[in-house]
Amino acid sequence: MKRTLPLIIAGITGFVLIVSYFLPPYENWGDVAMQWFNILAAIAFILGGGNLIKLNLAKISARRAGWGYSAVTLAAFLATLAVGLLKISVPPSEEFPASTWAAPYQSEGAAFWWLFEYILTPLNQTMFALLAFFVASAAFRAFRAKNVEATILLATAFIVMLGRTAAGVWLTNWLPAEGLLATLRLEALADTAMYVFNLAGMRAITIGIALGVVATSLKILLGVDRSYLGSD
Amino acid sequence: MSIFSKITHLHSTTIEREALSPTNLPSPWGEGRLVRGAGWRSIPICVCSWSESVAVNQNRGPGRLSSSHGGSLYWQRLALGCLIAITAFPALAATPPPPSDLIVRDRPNDDGSSLGVEWTEPADLTSVDHYEISVDTRGGDGGFEKKIDVPVGTSSAFLEELSPDSNYLVRIVAVSDDGDRSSTLETTEPVSPKINWFNSGRTWLAILLALVCGVVLLYIVAARRGMKLWVRPIAGLDAVTDAVGRAVEMGKSVLFIPGIQDINDIQTVAGVTILSRVARIAAEYDAEIKVPTSRSLVMATARETVEASFLHAGRPDSYNPDDIYYLTDEQFGYVAGVTGQMVREKPAACFYMGSFYAESLILAETGNSIGSIQLAGTAQPSQLPFFIAACDYTLIGEEFFAASAYLSGEPQQLGSLKGQDFGKLLCAALIVTGCFMATIVALLATKADAGASSSMLAKPLAYLHDNVLGDEGFWPVEDE
Repeated sequence: MKRTLPLIIAGITGFVLIVSYFLPPYENWGDVAMQWFNILAAIAFILGGGNLIKLNLAKISARRAGWGYSAVTLAAFLATLAVGLLKISVPPSEEFPASTWAAPYQSEGAAFWWLFEYILTPLNQTMFALLAFFVASAAFRAFRAKNVEATILLATAFIVMLGRTAAGVWLTNWLPAEGLLATLRLEALADTAMYVFNLAGMRAITIGIALGVVATSLKILLGVDRSYLGSD
Repeated sequence: MSIFSKITHLHSTTIEREALSPTNLPSPWGEGRLVRGAGWRSIPICVCSWSESVAVNQNRGPGRLSSSHGGSLYWQRLALGCLIAITAFPALAATPPPPSDLIVRDRPNDDGSSLGVEWTEPADLTSVDHYEISVDTRGGDGGFEKKIDVPVGTSSAFLEELSPDSNYLVRIVAVSDDGDRSSTLETTEPVSPKINWFNSGRTWLAILLALVCGVVLLYIVAARRGMKLWVRPIAGLDAVTDAVGRAVEMGKSVLFIPGIQDINDIQTVAGVTILSRVARIAAEYDAEIKVPTSRSLVMATARETVEASFLHAGRPDSYNPDDIYYLTDEQFGYVAGVTGQMVREKPAACFYMGSFYAESLILAETGNSIGSIQLAGTAQPSQLPFFIAACDYTLIGEEFFAASAYLSGEPQQLGSLKGQDFGKLLCAALIVTGCFMATIVALLATKADAGASSSMLAKPLAYLHDNVLGDEGFWPVEDE
C-alpha cells in the first residue's frame, strides 16, 4: 500500500493533466497542480531545515573534523531565520504606517534585505566568478589536440572565438563582403559553425530529450518504472 | 490679430497630403530644406507660441521637416499656411480619424472567456495615439465599459475575462495624444464567446503523442511477452559498476548529485531512478554513498529510494539516512557546500545526474581536480559541453533518460527504449520530408514556368509547417 497509493495518485494526476492540456476549460489545472506542489514543497522545507540543524548539531557535538564550518552554518541559518521571521528593522509600510510589521520582510532597508544584498549576493557572485577559471582549465584540457576529433574541436573553437572578436573581423576583411568568398570570412565561418552545425546537433539532442521525457513520463505514470519510489 | 490668436491657441492640427504636400504648399518654409521620409503622409503642426520658432515635424514617421527662418516673407508664408490649414480643415483640428471595418468573433480554442476583435486602421495615423475598446456588458442597453487600450499600429486584439455564452456589443474609438476621441464604431449584432471543449490547434500534437505513447506501450507489452530486444551498449552506464568498484577499492565514498531542481522536474526524477540503481550497486559492494540535495522533497525521495535499494541488496543495516542530506535551495550556496565536501573527503566516484545550470562546470572541474572518476547525465543541452569537457563519461540527452531502463535490464523497461526509437524515426521522416519539399519548392520558385508544380508541393509543405508543426489544427484553413 505504501507504494501502490502514491503510484495511483501519480498516475491519475499525470494523465488528467495531460488530457487537460487539450481541453481549454481545464487548461489551467496544471497551474493549480503547481500551486499544490509549491505548498507541499514549502512544508517540506521544514523537513530540510530540521535535517540541516540535526546533522550540523551532531557534527558539532561529536567534534568531528570541520565542525567549525557546521557552527558557522548553524549560526548563519538561525540568524537569517530570526531576522526574516521577526522582520527586524523593516521600514514602515506606506499602506499601513501605524503597523510596525506591515511591510514585507524583504523590503529595502530591512535587516533581511541587508543580509541578502550585502552578504548573500556577493558570496553568490564570488562563486559564480570562479566559473571563469574553471572554464579556462576545462577548455585547456578539452582542446588538447590529442586525436583527430579533439583537433577538429580545437580548430572549430578557434574559428568561433576569433570570429566573435574585432580582430577576427579585421583579419579577413580583405575578402569580399558578398559572394562565395564572403563565406570564408572568419565571422561568417563562426556563424556557420554556430547556426548550422551546432544548431543542427543541438536540435537533434533536443528531439531525443523530448522523446526521452515522453517515454520516462509514461513509464512513471504507468508504474512500469517504480525505482523512484524505492521499488522495482 | 484674431487669426493669429487662433493660431496661438491651436494645439495641434493636421494638413492632408493632397491639399498641402510639401511640393504645392504656399511655402511658409521659404527657402528652407525639406527632408521627407518614405512614409510621409501628413504633417502635424504644433504651434506653441507665436513668438517662438515654429516646430514642424512628423509624428511617428521617418520624415522630418526643418526650416530656415528669417525675413518677413517667411512669416507671411507661415501665417498663410496656417490660415489655409485652419479654414480648410476645421473638423480635423483635433479629432483623430476613426477606425473602420470592425469585426468581432469568438476566439477559437479558448475556454469561452474571450472574443477576438479586428478592425482597419485609418489611413492617417498621425493624430492617433491608441484605440480604446469598450464592451457593452449589459446586453445591448448602452452600458459600455472600457476594456482595453491598444496602441496604434495594431489592428486586432483579444477581449478577455468575459462570461461564456453572454452577449456582448463592442465599441472602438481612436484616441489622440491629447485625449481627443474619434467618432465611435460599434457592432450592431451582439457576439457571445463560446466554450471550446477541445483545442483543435493541438490536434496534431495529440495524434503524435498518442502515436509515440502507443508504440512505447506496444513495445513494453511485447517485451513482457518475451520479445527479444537489443539495446546498443552505452559506455557511460557500463562504467557505473567500475566507478563504484573503484570507490570500494580506494576505501572512499561515492558522491551522487541529483541536480538542483525539485522533484517536479522530470530530470530530477530520472536522476533519482538512476540513484536507485547506483545505490543498489553500492550496497552490494558495501560502498558508502552520499547524496547532498538542494531540495527538501528530493532529500525525502532520495532517502526512500536509497533505503529500498539497500533493502533489495540485502544490506538494510548499511543504510544510513544521514548520508542523504539537505544543504540549501540556493544555487551557489549548494555548490559551495558540495565542492567543499568534495575537496575535504575526496570521493572516488562522482555522479551528476539531473538538471544543472551554471554550477555544472564548477562541480565537474572540482571533481576532476581531486581525481574522481566522474559520470554525468543531464537534459540541459547548454550544460552538456561542460560535462563532456570535465567528466569521464557523459550521458547525452536521451541516454540520460534511458539509463534507468538500461541499468535495470528489465525487458519491459527496455521496451520503452524501442518506443523512443520509433519516435526518432518519425521525427527523422518528418524532417527529411519537410526538407525535401522545401528544397523542391524553393528550386521551382526560381523558375518562372514552374508555377503549377511549385504550388502542388507548396500546399503540403504549408500544411506540414502550419498544421502538423504549427497550431492551425487538423483541417487546413481555407484562404478567404
